[in-house]
Amino acid sequence: MGLFSKFIAKFTGASAFAPADWAELEAELLASDIGPRLTRDLLEAARRVKSENAQEAMVQALSSRLCLKSRLPIINQGGMSVVMLVGVNGTGKTTSVAKLAGRIKASGATVVIAAGDTFRAAAVEQLQTWGARIGVEVITGKGSGDPAALAFDAAQRARAMNADYLLIDTAGRLHNKRDLMQELEKVRRVVEKITPVSEVLLTIDATTGQNGMAQAKIFSASVDITGIILTKSDGSAKGGIALAIESELDIPIKWIGTGESTADLEPFAPESYIRGLLT
Amino acid sequence: MFDSLTSHLSATFSSLRARGKISHNDLDASCGQMRAALLESDVALEVVDSFVTEIAGKSMAALASMQSGRNQAQAIFEIVNSLLIEILGGSARRVRFAKNPPTVIMLAGLQGAGKTSLAGKLAKFYADQGNTPLLVACDLQRPNAVTQLQLLGASIGLPVFCPEAGNGVGDPVKVARDGIAFAKAKQHNMVIVDTAGRLGVDTQLMSQACEIRDAVRPDEILFVVDSMMGQDAVRTSQAFLDGVGFDGVVLTKLDGDTRGGAALSIASLTKRPIMFISTGEKLSDFDIFYPDRMASRILGMGDVATLAEQAKAALDGDTSKKLEAKFASGEDFTLEDFLDQLSAISKMGSMSKLLGMLPGNAAMKKQVGNFDDGEILRTKAIVQSMTPHERVNPKIINGSRRSRIALGSGRRVSEVNTLLERFIAAQKMMRQVRSGGMPAGMGTMAMPATAPIRPELAPKKKSKSGNPAKRALEESQ
Repeated sequence: MGLFSKFIAKFTGASAFAPADWAELEAELLASDIGPRLTRDLLEAARRVKSENAQEAMVQALSSRLCLKSRLPIINQGGMSVVMLVGVNGTGKTTSVAKLAGRIKASGATVVIAAGDTFRAAAVEQLQTWGARIGVEVITGKGSGDPAALAFDAAQRARAMNADYLLIDTAGRLHNKRDLMQELEKVRRVVEKITPVSEVLLTIDATTGQNGMAQAKIFSASVDITGIILTKSDGSAKGGIALAIESELDIPIKWIGTGESTADLEPFAPESYIRGLLT
Repeated sequence: MFDSLTSHLSATFSSLRARGKISHNDLDASCGQMRAALLESDVALEVVDSFVTEIAGKSMAALASMQSGRNQAQAIFEIVNSLLIEILGGSARRVRFAKNPPTVIMLAGLQGAGKTSLAGKLAKFYADQGNTPLLVACDLQRPNAVTQLQLLGASIGLPVFCPEAGNGVGDPVKVARDGIAFAKAKQHNMVIVDTAGRLGVDTQLMSQACEIRDAVRPDEILFVVDSMMGQDAVRTSQAFLDGVGFDGVVLTKLDGDTRGGAALSIASLTKRPIMFISTGEKLSDFDIFYPDRMASRILGMGDVATLAEQAKAALDGDTSKKLEAKFASGEDFTLEDFLDQLSAISKMGSMSKLLGMLPGNAAMKKQVGNFDDGEILRTKAIVQSMTPHERVNPKIINGSRRSRIALGSGRRVSEVNTLLERFIAAQKMMRQVRSGGMPAGMGTMAMPATAPIRPELAPKKKSKSGNPAKRALEESQ
């Protein structure tokens, strides 16, 4: 209801006013980008909980929407784990690849990166710079510009090198470009001729609005997303769209990106995320 | 873009139109629907509420002074339309050129908003108009942002000032200052300064942006925003406004299926006009933002003005004059002409983009959106696999020629057959048109005297009969 009820009341003269608390909560929920539908559902759920404290009731209601799947990285036991990073343009795939690689290397495992963004100018160089910084080998294409060929090549080489992990960066693409989504499917298909892809991570920019749902839906249908990296969480955006995605598509958020250096990637912490939505 | 908002709003209006007399309850219900549609489209709550309140108030006043009937719904529609235009910034605003060149444009925005790509697009846009822009690479933060700008500059043949390799090294303020001096020395009349992405809450980087601003004294600071942005657009744009300040907004990634509510929020709250839009991965996918056209688009009235402009630009004078002369002289329309037309069409951009500008209901457009642009390419390949002689005399194309053409274009013989059949039918139709008769199914199309291009386009459309694109074009006329 919120502000809207106030002005409607002016015309109809018969609307019951909701307590200001609820209106404020609605505004907060909406501002966190979880979307109007989830907001409505949650407000209803929270109203039924006859709690004195609306805030606490809301934390409960929000937490109940989290996905129950494991948030641990999926690894290929006894073989090479292959992780693909996908997402729309400018959401932070390349940076996330570097951060993930840094983390894996720090854990003592061997990791190789495939520079699969063969489209954007200087994306390969961007990854090479990162690779040099963190001391991880970056496999680049032979100039053919075909990301599937490069990924295939990289999978072969990474396996020959006995690497524990292969991280595949991909070019940013808008999910409504059908040909580009098919290209992505091909990358996965071709890599799987060598070795199974253990994890496909979708980067979602925390500032993204309701369009994030469409992104997750379509990317998931195309390459079967196993987890989400919520990037740029260090800004003022709360990234509520990720909760909407968890709730509707049952895809777990696995990582949170919080800055521009390699250390700025943390495993997702549900509790503090939910509280963050309401502050 | 804006499609979902459009379909929600058009549903609202069609239900209003269905009413004889609009009661206060109807209006309330419509306002409720509008509110939901706007929220679903990422428009900020405060903007939605003030927008809907204003619509309700104005509509109420308008209804009181009106009789029942269609006019009421129309009046409300017009109220919404004019309010949308107002929020989106009134009339289109152009870049203010400096009295003493160079005109300096500085770009600012969050990480990943698309600043560097936009710098390239902006430079190309102004270079095409005869300016001599210099790109200045001040994003020394993101690894290889400088290289990216260099590559973009090289691809459009424009100079890039990049004394620092970047990757976290170098002083962007110094680069900016030197860039201006360099531009003055080399007599560039425009400088486009790319800066590193920064968060609104990062005070340190925001003050760095201010230093760059003070060093280059820009004529325009453009705030670059990802059109997929959600509710945070409010806070972020306010933070940039308070931090470095900006004069105009650029919306990027509008070729996605985003509802683009952030545009409404930012324009409404910061009172800064949206000046440009970026609509694709190619450097030419860029345009001036027209508030009235965008409002029409949001309300499902289509963007015919843009479409017409693109058609005019793509069908260059020579091609259309040649065809016009041909048409008048009674010569036959050949496959050669057909090829010219196809090239012109593909120059205008993707078919789905073009169709998106036509008025019509959103559901139909969605279907049309699946139109395969490869179709034009494949058709071109078939025609290009014919000899010049064959293109002028399609009748000589016998079985063996057909299989050669199929082989040459990598298509099936059946596709070559279909193309030829349709072409010959179209040719026949052309003759009919010329002799004065209106062939069936051509509807109310404008005829030669007023629009010389159209009759030529017509047979081409006819030749595509059966595909959704053609249906859309016809239905719209």
